[in-house]
Amino acid sequence: MVDDDAIRCDACPVLCYIKPGRAGACDRYANDSGQLVRIDPHVVLDRALSRGHSVVPFLGRDRDWDGSIVSGAETFITAIGAGTTYPDYKPAPFIISAEVQGVDVVTVVTEGIFSYCGVKVKIDTDRHLGPETNLVRAQGEPVGHVTTGEYGSQMLSLGGVRHLTGGSRKEGTVTCETLLNLCERKPVELTIDEGATVLVQAGKPPVVDGVQEERMRVGCGSATIGMFAKQWLGKVDEVVVVDDHITGVLSEHQAGKLLGVRETGIKMKGHRSTPGRYFRVAEPGTAWGGTNIEDPLSILQTFNPKIAWPKLRLLMVSTTGEHHAYFELDEALRPVEKELPLALSESVARIKENCEPALCTVLFMGGAGGSLRAGVTENPVRLTYSVRDALTRVTCGGAPVYVWPGGGITFMVDVSRMPEHAFGYVPTPALVAPIEFTLKLADYAALGGYMDHVRPLDSILHGEGRRHVSANPDNPWPLSPGKSTRSDQ
Amino acid sequence: MKDRAQIRLLRDGRRLHLHDGPIDLIVEAFGTSAEIDAAYRAAAKRFATVLDELCSELSLLRQPARMGGPLATGIVARRMVAAVAPYGEWTFITPMAAVAGAVAEEILAVMTSAANFSRAYVNDGGDIALHLAPGEHFVVGMVERPDRPSLFGTATLDSTQPVRGMATSGWRGRSFSLGIADAVTVLADRAAMADAAATIIANAVDLPGHASVTRVPARDLAPDSDLGDRPVTQDVGELSGGEVAAALDAGAAVAQSLLCDGLLRAAALHLREATRIVGLVPEDPRQRLLPHETLQATFLQSL
Repeated sequence: MVDDDAIRCDACPVLCYIKPGRAGACDRYANDSGQLVRIDPHVVLDRALSRGHSVVPFLGRDRDWDGSIVSGAETFITAIGAGTTYPDYKPAPFIISAEVQGVDVVTVVTEGIFSYCGVKVKIDTDRHLGPETNLVRAQGEPVGHVTTGEYGSQMLSLGGVRHLTGGSRKEGTVTCETLLNLCERKPVELTIDEGATVLVQAGKPPVVDGVQEERMRVGCGSATIGMFAKQWLGKVDEVVVVDDHITGVLSEHQAGKLLGVRETGIKMKGHRSTPGRYFRVAEPGTAWGGTNIEDPLSILQTFNPKIAWPKLRLLMVSTTGEHHAYFELDEALRPVEKELPLALSESVARIKENCEPALCTVLFMGGAGGSLRAGVTENPVRLTYSVRDALTRVTCGGAPVYVWPGGGITFMVDVSRMPEHAFGYVPTPALVAPIEFTLKLADYAALGGYMDHVRPLDSILHGEGRRHVSANPDNPWPLSPGKSTRSDQ
Repeated sequence: MKDRAQIRLLRDGRRLHLHDGPIDLIVEAFGTSAEIDAAYRAAAKRFATVLDELCSELSLLRQPARMGGPLATGIVARRMVAAVAPYGEWTFITPMAAVAGAVAEEILAVMTSAANFSRAYVNDGGDIALHLAPGEHFVVGMVERPDRPSLFGTATLDSTQPVRGMATSGWRGRSFSLGIADAVTVLADRAAMADAAATIIANAVDLPGHASVTRVPARDLAPDSDLGDRPVTQDVGELSGGEVAAALDAGAAVAQSLLCDGLLRAAALHLREATRIVGLVPEDPRQRLLPHETLQATFLQSL
């Protein structure tokens, strides 16, 4: 009766039999290819709990509790009364309110269906992933494009209604699946037209063409010269920091000049911008400093024999310290690679150390503008204002969101701050994301001024089984947008 | 106490989090700190053995409810059996359908016997038991369309009203469902009752044999499921408006009969974009928001 491939979980006395790829009754332990594994807590009650470290121990290991109720610094409510419902993304039509600082607060924890949504992916790498605006593909289908790069990072914009519903059925399905996987912090392979193949996973280093990115660059080549010039003084005669953006040359650079670094007769390829700063020493790529060069000497021309001297010490290093090479000039003033002296390896290590770990980060972005207002037609902008003025707090799976200025309620949220399995999809295809709106009842009243119409029903409900209360015909009915359907009183 | 169980205050310093195996509770009591202290201590003490008690008679609790069947031993188990008993004669249900509500009820019960406080709730994964001292109330907000944050009403559950439990069930939830409802939320006198009723109604929101609904025998997913080989919903594809209405009609009919039998006070059935309220009069679209008399509510008439 029990399948051979199911395993018995002994984490608790329920002793579930769990099939491969499934979780037990707790949703905390799962069968991963025959192995019992602990997965992240299914139940996420609020942000503090979901992170697992900011909870107050209660009756801890020694069961010695002094009985004091610790006063909380944070009274942020994400899921009272619906605490565990949203990871299931089931809507919770009844939600209990909580009293916070003497004010009744209503938290609506629910799911939103976002056909207008996508993710912005920040990939910490200086490697060239592909030309701006080129298509990003998953499983061969276009799912987004390369957008404006940021400092030390390449940016992708994926999803959106055009790919979800504007293309072929397959394009929509693959886009939806890609977004869902990225939001669920699963690895996704993306290929950029005329560019690289990147393995992207939120919170993990990117893997570009099979090579895992380790570090973000400490700065551009010029900035690196400025930061480390002093540490190089006396230990090396010339330093070239190779960078796809701005390659820096110590002896010509302002920092080197200030320190009295002697001219070396070095001649760079590329375009000199200002002294010691060179653009386009090579083509963009995935090798040294985000360029395509494998051999650093290929960006040098021959040294000026009038200035250079034999035994001249030359360090070439990338902006992340990952690539480096040390040369000394021979009698013919040709660079000959030598072992990196100990004194310099320290500075190379320091460049590396100053580079932050390279990560992929995924922000989910969605708009709840139109339908959100549909239920409020009398003065719809107030709802938006309410969100903007932080009277109504919007959270996404308990995570804080950034709400864009302008019309509608368009927000961004870092998926890594959300509980696992917070997202789903509908066959539209569109993504389903949890969204919570929290507001004070008083503010809610202020939102539309409908509190005058609040009518206690107890007085008329006693006695007869069912009684009817007519709507105020001047007010739009929330169940059917637009006035026409109910203006006939 | 088992080391397995996690018992701690949440960071807000007010809510108690109790976790053991598949049970996960959030508890909050309102009152003086001494009384809350006493209530939380009682909850923690009682909680420590709940899962072991349930597991000791798990096989019994996975058997379909039937008249004259063996009686359960533990208090929580008996609450479960009692909650599903009214259904055993005409449909399939096991006491497991009421486990979350029954646990919530039990924890709340030990809290109210150990301490005096104005109000409290025990939330077991969305199945909630409430306590209200005389004169106290909880405000419950209701939202119909999930993508519209506008509350279509708030209900004030006050101490003179019978509602002390609410529960939600649907195929997207943690437990398997035989139906296709996205969510059925029920208000009832007790949490275990609400839990059982929500399960029954969610099972009834269905389109039997519909090609868009993917069903898999429960045992293929969880070999020891109490649902055995019954097909449980794993996905719901495209449905026409008429089909959505038909499925909700089927569920609403069951909900209506449970209402008449006193097994629930109000229910909200949700599928796709549509919601059906039972316990509220639906004859006139302008007057759909009327609560049943047993759910005395303060409604925001419209938004």
